[in-house]
Amino acid sequence: MNQLVSETRPPSLLYLDGVSVSFDGFKALNSLSFVVEPGELRAIIGPNGAGKTTMMDIITGKTRPDSGRVLFEDTIDLTRKDEADIAQLGIGRKFQKPTVFESHTVWDNLELALNRKRGVFATLFYRLTSEDKARIEEIMTTIRLTHRRDELAANLSHGQKQWLEIGMLLAQEPKLLLVDEPVAGMTDAETAETAILLREIAKTRSVVVVEHDMGFIRDLGVKVTCLAEGSVLAEGSIDFVSSDPKVIENYLGR
Amino acid sequence: MITSFILRALEGRIIVAVAVLLAVAVLVPAANLLTPPDSALHIPTYAVSLMGKYLCYALLALALDLVWGYCGILSLGHGAFFALGGYAMGMYLMRQIGSRGVYGNPELPDFMVFLNWKELPWFWHGMDMFWFAMLMVLVVPGLLAFIFGWFAFRSRVNGVYLSIITQAMTYALLLAFFRNDMGFGGNNGLTDYKEILGFSVQADGTRAVLFALSAIMLSLCLIISSGIVRSKFGKVLVGVRDAESRVRFLGFRVENIKLFTFVVSAMMAGIAGALFVPQVGIINPGEFAPANSIEVVVWTAVGGRGTLIGPIIGAILVNGGKSFFTGAFPEAWLYALGALFIGVTLFLPKGIVGTIQARTSGRRAMKAAVEAEKGRTETPAATPIQAAE
Repeated sequence: MNQLVSETRPPSLLYLDGVSVSFDGFKALNSLSFVVEPGELRAIIGPNGAGKTTMMDIITGKTRPDSGRVLFEDTIDLTRKDEADIAQLGIGRKFQKPTVFESHTVWDNLELALNRKRGVFATLFYRLTSEDKARIEEIMTTIRLTHRRDELAANLSHGQKQWLEIGMLLAQEPKLLLVDEPVAGMTDAETAETAILLREIAKTRSVVVVEHDMGFIRDLGVKVTCLAEGSVLAEGSIDFVSSDPKVIENYLGR
Repeated sequence: MITSFILRALEGRIIVAVAVLLAVAVLVPAANLLTPPDSALHIPTYAVSLMGKYLCYALLALALDLVWGYCGILSLGHGAFFALGGYAMGMYLMRQIGSRGVYGNPELPDFMVFLNWKELPWFWHGMDMFWFAMLMVLVVPGLLAFIFGWFAFRSRVNGVYLSIITQAMTYALLLAFFRNDMGFGGNNGLTDYKEILGFSVQADGTRAVLFALSAIMLSLCLIISSGIVRSKFGKVLVGVRDAESRVRFLGFRVENIKLFTFVVSAMMAGIAGALFVPQVGIINPGEFAPANSIEVVVWTAVGGRGTLIGPIIGAILVNGGKSFFTGAFPEAWLYALGALFIGVTLFLPKGIVGTIQARTSGRRAMKAAVEAEKGRTETPAATPIQAAE
């Protein structure tokens, strides 16, 4: 299968083909197909119920599709793996609501996320190496939280929690980052800052961003996929997609 | 590796608690054995055994704190692991009676002779050997916890549902152990012990040693628990408690983390039960009663969950209060207990130790904030947006 895929088209990082899933008769995804290339930053838009979050659930192993194929790096079938396996393969996920460990410090949050052995005994006898320390410092600089390293995550502002979660994903060293509404509830300054941050991150890995904020997507300046009713409606630059009559009809409003 | 684990475990408060427990392990038996009965310092044997019982309860509460306070698994069935450890010890003690039983059968305990059984059931074999019985004290609760946890955590049973199943588990065991043909003495349980390792269980010296052992085992389990919660694994545990899905999406196998903790905790509960039985002189199915397991949750909550030391204090205080009140004002005990629960829920929702901790860390945070404020006036801290430019 690997041979076949790589002969017919360029290598992909993530490959969804005809993915369908329904909950109690409601078709959340309807033969969804799309491809993310290595090193790509992609934005996904679409009205509520378009299947954006369901798509992320399927990629990260939270939900199993009824039919269709989900391949990672052209060879790995993600539909047979669970969340922990998929995370270890190198797919990180940011939730819509910032989900960090509130009773841990910023430092501990990042330490836990570091891509190290995750077994019971490996963590029981884990010792912080100078290499790991340097890595945590580096990430704290990237997410601009160095000055709050010993603060409990619970005491961070909403925007800072979002960044901390992004930092945790960086610590995980994923090849693909799925980011669900990163700027929801952020101030304008924080939103602009987040766009810079994501572009920086996308230099070394693929990132898929789900977002409603059109201004933010324009800031990102990347290829956009518009979903509606569980399948792809349009794909291309933001100007191309936002001038598509179907997109205007379904999402942007007349 | 192990040394760094232990060094990390011995953080300030834990050292103090261990030192106190070890001092008690020496001083109480000394006050019992070395002072004349009319001395003001004398502690009578019944009081030694009573305090030994509290220490066993404290160990049980500590075990619960590991799963509930740190991993967020509210087990309402920890009494079952305690009772199983107790039964393993009880079986050993029964086998030590030998031919001194009422029926004088050298092989079979009295209740089996009474039931007209001709030979020892298979699961009683080997229980006459102390080492084997002690192994069973760990293995039986550990195995039950493993099997239970394997299914429950793999199928992601959480929250209230899990609590209800643990409660059902201990209730099912209660009913099973009540049956005579289970081979554990039915309603009456196992009692009338004579000797442990050749020493009379009634003797002052044996009682004192059992008390000291309880204090030592409690310290040991406290150090192990502290090592666990202060390791990276412990931080993952708290992560599971606070944001389980985040832990999963970071690539940790949550089911294995829970399973390990649950099994370790069940084994500690088993040890508590094993130390409890020779000191009170009986184990019967009543120990499986669902209410017992709920009481453990109450001790833990009163002391402060997620603090390790809190549950120990909680268990000793509540049980001490119970002994005092049921002795002094038998009618008032239930009212006192009720008042205690209402008081703790209203005024100390974090429990005794949790509240003290919050107060000291609040003061520390205030100090840190003042320091930070000073720093800011000297060099204005960069806001994120400025830092980016």
